[in-house]
Amino acid sequence: MTEIFKFISGAFILLGAFLSLVSAFGIIRLPDVYTRNHAASKTSTLGIMLLLTGTFIFFFVEHGHFNSRILLGIFFIFMTAPVAGHLISRAAYNTDVKLWDQSVEDDLKESRESKPSLIERE
Amino acid sequence: MAFQILLNVFLAFIWMFLKNEYTGTTFLVGYFFGLLIILGIRRFFDSRFYLLRVFAVVKLILIFTRELILSNISVLKVILRPKLDIRPGIFALETELEKDWEITILANLITLTPGTLVVDVSPDNKTLYIHAMDIADKEEAIQDIKGSFEKAIMEVSK
Repeated sequence: MTEIFKFISGAFILLGAFLSLVSAFGIIRLPDVYTRNHAASKTSTLGIMLLLTGTFIFFFVEHGHFNSRILLGIFFIFMTAPVAGHLISRAAYNTDVKLWDQSVEDDLKESRESKPSLIERE
Repeated sequence: MAFQILLNVFLAFIWMFLKNEYTGTTFLVGYFFGLLIILGIRRFFDSRFYLLRVFAVVKLILIFTRELILSNISVLKVILRPKLDIRPGIFALETELEKDWEITILANLITLTPGTLVVDVSPDNKTLYIHAMDIADKEEAIQDIKGSFEKAIMEVSK
């Protein structure tokens, strides 16, 4: 039984490391801030959550040690990572960082141009 | 909802005092009987029976987890595909939700959905501006998903 759980925790950790690697690739490969943010805010969130889950399972099964701080860490990352992604892309948009030139649509720009008072406030 | 939970805990304590046994098991038994009592007198409360809302919250958490895994798979596909054939863009989404915490949860859910990221919320809290990884084929499907998210969040706050 312990051996099976060791394999499960190893699988979680490897999967998490793989996802973090893919998120790093995504940050290098994707063309602009907003698409990079997709990779950074989603893939690395799940990657770190899987790593922490694997660590939690390992210490619980191997040493019988229930580490509630890891669970709290998973919860905090899950709640804060999407907010961080949102704030970075919002700050980028408000400081006029251009979208990729192959972007097809920009509703936010249209709505800000139709209401100029909102732009002056920035 | 909070009042009903508090009342339930109170009833469990009364059960413990009646039995004169102060253990966790007695508390759980008393909590169960208190739940039955609250179910019986639910028409005297303003809000609905609180267990329904607890189930709605659990459903929302399950949706969160499923969307997180699905969005990771879709981002993975985009990054690892040799040719970069995405068409990103920003589109607007009207939302019916009104309270601030509902909009926050909706924005978090959308950020964890496959291929979408919230860029801005309009000052009147009526429109969300969403950056999509692939705008052409996704927009319709995304509107559908958002219908189900909004419904799940409304189910909690109803």
